[in-house]
Amino acid sequence: MVEDKKLGSRLFHITNYTLLGFIGLITILPFIHIIAGSFTTTAELARKPFVLIPTDWSLDAYRFVFSTDTIFRGLANSIGITFFGTMFSMFISCLMAYGLSRRDLDGRNVIMFFVVFTMLFSGGMIPTFLVVKELGLIDSYLALIIPYTINAFNMIILKSFFQNLPEGLEESAKIDGCTDFGIFFRIVLPLSMPVLATISLFYAVTYWNTYLPAILYLNDSDKWPVQVILRQIVVLATGLNVDDSGFEDSAPPSQAVKMAVIVIATLPVLLVYPFLQKHFAKGAFVGSIKG
Amino acid sequence: MSDIHLNSDIQFKQKAPLKQRKTGSERWRRIKRNKLLYLMILPGALFFITFKYVPMYGLVIAFQDYKPYKGISGSEWVGFEHFNTLFSDPQFWQIFANTLILFGLNILFFFPIPIILALMLNEVRHSLYKRTIQTLVYIPHFMSWVIIVSISFVMLTLDGGLINDLIVWMGFEKINFLLSQEWFRPMYVLQVIWREAGWGTIIYLAAIASIDPQLYEAARMDGASRLRQIWHITLPSIRNVIILLLILKIGDILELGFEHVYLLLNPVNKEIAEIFDTFVYTAALKNGQFSYGTAVGFFKSFVGLIMVMAANKLAKKFGDEGLY
Repeated sequence: MVEDKKLGSRLFHITNYTLLGFIGLITILPFIHIIAGSFTTTAELARKPFVLIPTDWSLDAYRFVFSTDTIFRGLANSIGITFFGTMFSMFISCLMAYGLSRRDLDGRNVIMFFVVFTMLFSGGMIPTFLVVKELGLIDSYLALIIPYTINAFNMIILKSFFQNLPEGLEESAKIDGCTDFGIFFRIVLPLSMPVLATISLFYAVTYWNTYLPAILYLNDSDKWPVQVILRQIVVLATGLNVDDSGFEDSAPPSQAVKMAVIVIATLPVLLVYPFLQKHFAKGAFVGSIKG
Repeated sequence: MSDIHLNSDIQFKQKAPLKQRKTGSERWRRIKRNKLLYLMILPGALFFITFKYVPMYGLVIAFQDYKPYKGISGSEWVGFEHFNTLFSDPQFWQIFANTLILFGLNILFFFPIPIILALMLNEVRHSLYKRTIQTLVYIPHFMSWVIIVSISFVMLTLDGGLINDLIVWMGFEKINFLLSQEWFRPMYVLQVIWREAGWGTIIYLAAIASIDPQLYEAARMDGASRLRQIWHITLPSIRNVIILLLILKIGDILELGFEHVYLLLNPVNKEIAEIFDTFVYTAALKNGQFSYGTAVGFFKSFVGLIMVMAANKLAKKFGDEGLY
């Protein structure tokens, strides 16, 4: 009996570990394939399709991608939008979240209701488009930032975090003659670094991945972020055999070139990922979502 | 939230007889003392008004014959005309059906996966192994739909795509995944699984972590196997979370992700791939039918709101706190 159970338990664990390893592997294999493929020659890709470690190293694809300034411009646009967008979003979100975190604020429940309601119902794409148009933001970088300043969900996470800071700190600062601004900047923000880092990275990833706003509001292709360019080069060319990539070469881009463009658009997220992971893995904020 | 509200109400009522005349001015003084806090909320409030509430008002163009050069105040009112056209349009019902089918596939094939994955991860004793797997399966969540779809397309394409090369290597005919109707739905669901299954485990893992370890101890004493422990302790303990998330998902019935579907859409699969959002986008921004597109969008948002409220009621019935 005891032997039996031990065997059963061991079998269970072996199966579980193997299956999980397999799942982890297939999740990232496509990424590895794309990265490896981008560093090989088209000839090698054609010879053995399943490249994981290139034998025939080549930077041709990257040389080709960077031969026009399409990608450079897209990258510059995306970096700018991500940097300024994240700063602006964090500033406005933190201010609002702190105000709403204070229990002695009259009307805070009403304001919270109006915030939460926007998560349940929205005017939708066209009415929002018309507002952005009325404000004269069409074909402006600001159209990718201002209409997306606050993500209600992120703001609520910030608010619950601020709310859970010990109240005594604020009171003693008040007695010392600190204003609400002073408390916010000198006490609350320095104490909230982990949550500020997490939410900043959430905003940054969202801005880096921005796609819909760009196709809605930007007609000027010089202002397109890298995601739109990626779509032009890979999705349109592959899915429909329509070449709209903007390369002078009239032939559709080769597999290696498409892979290189994907790698360029993915790399920044992969680089910040370890930092992001460190924070959310703690699960510190997961429990605070329902505030 | 509502708890706090309740408490302050009670306190207010208790104090009321003593300071009846003062309360009004006291509240006013408190508001004045907090004026800096209101100033801090102001920019955010302006954002919500401008980009969330003004567009809600903008929904009135669904009842107008909106012309961009005339604006909302100058456009002609047509009542429910667009909705009548809508409900008698066979294409509308086709889109409705497409949306429901994708939603059903989502619930059937995607929804259980994060639960199973979380249960499996929870059984791993080596924390380094567990963390490595978690790190790997969370990655796709941070990739945009453009990247997810691009990678899929590069791998599925007819000429030089990995999958088709493997199919040929195994001695079968190439499959044109990208320009086909029958492959659209499997492709959509697989991409959703790839991107979100790992991330979806977080909330279940948090729920599992809060289970009392004594329960497992007792079960082990009674000689229950691991599988029995999962079945009789873990699953019942996270039952409420599962139900809550399922209900939230039902409330989200029409939110299938504009970007994802739009990127997969092409003339060949359009008939089964078109959903409300992509239809609205094409109608309004490509064909200039602002009012008609808004009517479709309004219908979608309205059904969504009703579903959320119904789902919330259900959640409360199951003994959960609900969303609000």
